[in-house]
Amino acid sequence: MGLLSKKDTKLITDPLADNNPITIQVLGICSALAITAELKASIVMSIAVLFVLGVGNVVISLMRNIIPSKIRIIVQLIVVATLVIIVDLILKAFAYELSKTLSVFVGLIITNCIIMGRFEAFALANGPWRSFLDGIGNSLGYAVILIIVGFFRELLGSGSLLGIKVLGDPIEKTGVYAFGYENNGFMLLAPMALITVGIIIWVQRSRNEALIEDN
Amino acid sequence: MGLKEKLHNIKGKVDGTNWQTMFGAVHTLFYTPNETTHSGGHLRAADDLKRIMVNVVLPLIPILIFGMFNAGFQHNAAINGFPQGMGFFSPEFWNFDNLAIGAMKLLPLVIVSYVVGLGIEIFFATINKHEVEEGYFVTGMLVPLIIPIDTPLWMLTVAIIFGVVIGKEIFGGTGMNILNPALTIRAFLFFAYPTWMSGDKVWVTGAVERTNEIAAGANLDAISGETILGSLAQGNELAYSVSDMFFGFIPGSVGETSTLLILLGGLYLIYTKVASWRIIVSSVIGALVMGLIFNGVVDAGWITESSKFYTLMSTAYWQHLLIGGLAFGIVFMATDPVTASQTNKGKWIYGFLIGFISVMIRVFNPAYPEGVMLAILLMNVFSPTIDHYVVQGNVKRRLKRLKAKTA
Repeated sequence: MGLLSKKDTKLITDPLADNNPITIQVLGICSALAITAELKASIVMSIAVLFVLGVGNVVISLMRNIIPSKIRIIVQLIVVATLVIIVDLILKAFAYELSKTLSVFVGLIITNCIIMGRFEAFALANGPWRSFLDGIGNSLGYAVILIIVGFFRELLGSGSLLGIKVLGDPIEKTGVYAFGYENNGFMLLAPMALITVGIIIWVQRSRNEALIEDN
Repeated sequence: MGLKEKLHNIKGKVDGTNWQTMFGAVHTLFYTPNETTHSGGHLRAADDLKRIMVNVVLPLIPILIFGMFNAGFQHNAAINGFPQGMGFFSPEFWNFDNLAIGAMKLLPLVIVSYVVGLGIEIFFATINKHEVEEGYFVTGMLVPLIIPIDTPLWMLTVAIIFGVVIGKEIFGGTGMNILNPALTIRAFLFFAYPTWMSGDKVWVTGAVERTNEIAAGANLDAISGETILGSLAQGNELAYSVSDMFFGFIPGSVGETSTLLILLGGLYLIYTKVASWRIIVSSVIGALVMGLIFNGVVDAGWITESSKFYTLMSTAYWQHLLIGGLAFGIVFMATDPVTASQTNKGKWIYGFLIGFISVMIRVFNPAYPEGVMLAILLMNVFSPTIDHYVVQGNVKRRLKRLKAKTA
């Protein structure tokens, strides 16, 4: 591959599986639990984080040599906050209903541990291109989990995907509802999101035993 | 050749294959395996896990049979009217008609519960290469007893898969679970399918079907039956006599209605030392204390009839033991030795809080009328903490004594 060296490719592929920010590092859990009841919200949230982390990593990386290390956290916060406000305003302008569903969680991207973690661990020590790739990789890793969880929660909890009733109409009793199937209300509650993430962690670690920590 | 030799013969053939665990489960059901622990020092007691489990299942059998009769009785009573002044041996209750209706509904629940649950146990035992443990014998019997009789079988299947895998197997199987598996299954049903777990249609068999038929245009009377807790939570008067509640001729989950049989079962469990009498006694005290506090609040006039808590608060304190699943939960679930506190002092605290919190949830949260489920699950989570502080307190006291002696 001409565009990316092997090392650079790893920056993108690693966080997708073996170094996933949610299932391995267990960061950014709060938003994964809170907004995954619908697939659409998960996707929008993923895009927002992709933007914030991709751009933020580049900005921090460009400034890495001039930020005094004593105040670096504050500088990082200002960068994230600026980007988050841009995302928030765009959502409010073009997707108002969705921004109401996501409510405070767009604002809370500021405190998403993945973002600060990548700034601290990667962007402060690497060049802008590699930082950009790292940001994209990690937010894609975040997105994968969010979308898996959102897929199952919306499918089993509301019987729909992206708002389309794929399992039939629960009130008219069409599709699978004609056979007595019912939506699982528990899937819409936050505990079930935690359990779904837990199951993903379980499956992942039993497939790759190198990931199991000693304790 | 007798069954015993046959089983031993098959055992020789399947040992070492994938069928070993599954066969072991069947084998141990009929005979104690002819092998013992090889290494280490062990106390050999007659009370193995199997015998303890059987001792819990035994008192559940009369409750199951009573539940069958009661299911049919409630169905007929909802159609023909409730007979007044029944004694425990009334022929209106103990007749074949009632039994047939109840058995038709209840046996599938029991069968599904055991087949699904044991299937998962065997699956995990085969993967993890250990023996199938007997823990599910009790859970499998408890589950049909604590759900509404009309629960669809597929919902039960989903809930059991969830409860056994998430509630038990991921912690390491029997003996390692934090939460009571039967209650985990019920809690899952309760939050996942609330319309099937509460309301006035699910407690009497046939009510949902009847409602659907009427909606489709059939000329029938609707049948409904609210549990006592549900109707009290809505501010209605108590509609059943104390003896009906004590004998169990009331709508409710299959096994929870007959306080009399639960009481006898509790005495049996205490006699065989399977259940801790400390937990049972302290839970009852806890429930009575909370009930007395509420009665006191009503007597003092701090709360008036306009309050939505009034009806449940003014229910006589001892009646809380007769209605709902409190008695069943205290005797058969709070005493689960795996999830309860282990220390004697801890058991008193654990039990007291279960009774106390159950009645509190009942009164203050009409959306969750069955507080005992949530109270036991909550205390399950806290029981290791209680034990920790009891043990630490003991250590501290003894250190102090040691200091006083040596000084």
